[in-house]
Amino acid sequence: MRHYETVFILSPVLSSDEIKASIARYRSFLVKRNATIAHEEEIGLKPLAYQIKHKKNGVYHLIEFVSEPSLIKELEITYARDETVLRFLTFVLDKHALAHNIARRSNEKKESKKELIAL
Amino acid sequence: MTLVNESIQKKTITKKFCRFKRYGIKYVDYKCVEFLMKFLNEQGKILPRRISGNSLKYQKKVARAVKRARQLALLPYVADNLK
Repeated sequence: MRHYETVFILSPVLSSDEIKASIARYRSFLVKRNATIAHEEEIGLKPLAYQIKHKKNGVYHLIEFVSEPSLIKELEITYARDETVLRFLTFVLDKHALAHNIARRSNEKKESKKELIAL
Repeated sequence: MTLVNESIQKKTITKKFCRFKRYGIKYVDYKCVEFLMKFLNEQGKILPRRISGNSLKYQKKVARAVKRARQLALLPYVADNLK
């Protein structure tokens, strides 16, 4: 079992119901395959740094989960087949990343960010 | 005018340092774009270690974080005026 973090960007053309539905679909996909979801974050609509599929904005969503490594390939295939997903990224979290994420959640996010920028 | 050479004022050289080691940052977050901007030039390229002063260990982590941010369109791959 390993800790993973996955982020995907949904097309901004979708209605809010469709966005919720597709997020729920990926959530249930993970839960069905015995993955435990540790954290979820709706980052929401953000401007993209460059255009993807002629879109200038995207709806970001982040999920942290614990699962077997074999699941990742399946997950990435479903992302690739989904036309509404503009981009996705899945990677393993090491111990420092885990500690950082836990601290980020508990602390006021803005404050820790400000500290970093001041350095 | 004197014939004796006047002493040239030398600038005090401040040694570069790795900010991760000094401030005890263990993980470089790709989500914190403002922080990653410190390690990029105006074109969005990653600055070399001889300029940023990072240790090798953390330069690799910075590079990985920047590349992740680029993939997720948080940072551009190419830019003209990033700063």
